[in-house]
Amino acid sequence: MTSPGPARAADARVAAREFVAQAGRDAAFQLEACVHCGQCAEACHFHIVSGDPRLTPVYKLQPMLKAYQREAAPFSTLKKALGLAPRELTTQELGEWSELLYDSCNLCGRCTLACPMGIDIAGLVRRAREAMTVGGFAPADLYKVAQVALDTGSPIGVRWPALRRQIELQEQETGLKVPVDAEGAEYMIVLSSMEIMGFPEVIGALARIFRQAGATWTIPSAGFEATNIGVQMGSREVAAALVQRIVDAAGRLKVKCVVSPECGHAYSALRWEGPNLLGRRYGFEVVQITELLDRFVREGRLRLRGKDARRLTFHDPCQLVRRGGLGEPPHRLMREVSANLAEMSDAGAANFCCGGGGGVSAIHRAEPLRFAAFALKKQQIEATAAQAVVTACANCRNVLEEAIEHEGMTLPVLGLTELVAQYLDPA
Amino acid sequence: MNAASLLEFARGPALWFSLTVLLAGSLWRIAGILRLGARPDLSVPRRTGWLAGALHGIVVRMVPHPAMRRATGLAAWNGYAYHIGLAVIVFAYLPHIEFIKRLTGLRWPALPEPVVFLFVGLTFLSLFVALLMRLNDPVRRLLSGFDDYFSWCVVVLPLFTGMGLLDQSYAAGPASAVPLNPLPVAIHLLSVELLFAWLPFGKLAHAFLVFASRGITGAALARKGASL
Repeated sequence: MTSPGPARAADARVAAREFVAQAGRDAAFQLEACVHCGQCAEACHFHIVSGDPRLTPVYKLQPMLKAYQREAAPFSTLKKALGLAPRELTTQELGEWSELLYDSCNLCGRCTLACPMGIDIAGLVRRAREAMTVGGFAPADLYKVAQVALDTGSPIGVRWPALRRQIELQEQETGLKVPVDAEGAEYMIVLSSMEIMGFPEVIGALARIFRQAGATWTIPSAGFEATNIGVQMGSREVAAALVQRIVDAAGRLKVKCVVSPECGHAYSALRWEGPNLLGRRYGFEVVQITELLDRFVREGRLRLRGKDARRLTFHDPCQLVRRGGLGEPPHRLMREVSANLAEMSDAGAANFCCGGGGGVSAIHRAEPLRFAAFALKKQQIEATAAQAVVTACANCRNVLEEAIEHEGMTLPVLGLTELVAQYLDPA
Repeated sequence: MNAASLLEFARGPALWFSLTVLLAGSLWRIAGILRLGARPDLSVPRRTGWLAGALHGIVVRMVPHPAMRRATGLAAWNGYAYHIGLAVIVFAYLPHIEFIKRLTGLRWPALPEPVVFLFVGLTFLSLFVALLMRLNDPVRRLLSGFDDYFSWCVVVLPLFTGMGLLDQSYAAGPASAVPLNPLPVAIHLLSVELLFAWLPFGKLAHAFLVFASRGITGAALARKGASL
């Protein structure tokens, strides 16, 4: 039985062993290459807004570095014998680092772009979180969310009856049938709970899109949840269990392609981490919804008519654009549907994170820092004078909406899939 | 031990010992990392050609990412200054070219002395700026430890000791003859040998680790269709 957390109290030795296990060849080369230049600090929104040197991205890796240097690094035996190796990690130290590795890191990877040594700091934080979780040092909120996800299939407890109800409402709204458990469909759509409960219009939008594209599609009644708290908190057991449910659904329905929805980390979990978590390649293709829409448009399978006249700007979800290789599709789509597109400064791979990625939006104690970090996004948005923000991640959308409300701003946040569906040529 | 015998020691056993430590230590450090192993990535790459991705990563991060240039300005420019300065001093100053020639048989034209001396001045200045930034900037101060300060000293020391040789005329050719004043030459050589011997063990190893680090990230991002 998969469990999101340790059965015992937090244990620094367990965490230390996992830090060392996570420091494989590639991670070790990167841990060893740091020259302590501090340039990553200037890329991190949490450091920029707080000025706190402890929020320097590479500093967050100190426990992993210490454990590695003590136990596995070249010359570690010699250094230990001479009393020069770092001290053993303590429970107190890792307790303090929980806030650095979770609350103040979105795994957004902007620091990776800034590092002159090319160290993938975000990737290392992702690895470090595995140790924090197994050692019992992840935030309690994330253990709870993981348990809910394992028990119900959804991080917020959304079960099939709730999704079925939303599908029925969208069928009434659009007059289109939403295929459920259709065996042999070309595309199987998975959704995030945030979309299901917060932005269910996306289901109707998908129905209109697939009808015009002439593609067969389906939503599975089991294994429909795309998000993966295991990847965010750093628990490969939880992550693998959640990916397995989607893989099982795809196998059961014999689909050719699984479509990852508007959710950054869901795409990362399914497309890039999933096969490694399960230890095998899939028997189906994984495609992200903006990638698919872009493909349909370019193949002429989706015909668009008219454009949104409002001044729009696009917020780049980090795990799609910066980390996932989907820099072009969402921006191409935006140009298709927006007559007055105003790109943010640093649009694309270097855009600032919404502040809620990497599980941060699920950590209650991180809320003040998350809202503070929004200041940079606010500056970017205001500089465009946009009348609405569009994004391609339901979590970004929710986080942006919360922060906008917190700031007392009035600015709608739209989903790209719905926007594309809005401008489909009805002919 | 008199100055002449100290120079003999610096030119002989100390030099070969330091070069052996440099080579063996670097190989040991690389092998020690390689032995940790890596699992194959089972996800289907968006782009193949990991070597191209790695090379792109190595080359592209020789300059700061365009979005980061504003924020990392002085640190980045200062980094260029002392790296280029050190490269000019080591590889374009006639006595050093002759030193390398004696070790490897390779030689190339030198830059005029006044040009090299200009770079010596800039490098000194730049290294002191780097130290001041490390001491004064809260982020760098927090990240810094013994390795950072010792490595700084080990890099600056040969520059200092080299200054003691500037008043000596230099004749290219075999180094068998004892110079007029052998003590500064011996001290300079020993300071360089300390640099050689320390390099594999501390942060100065970024001289070779940088290629692995950038290459690994470049290749990993490239297979996803992203880039550094």
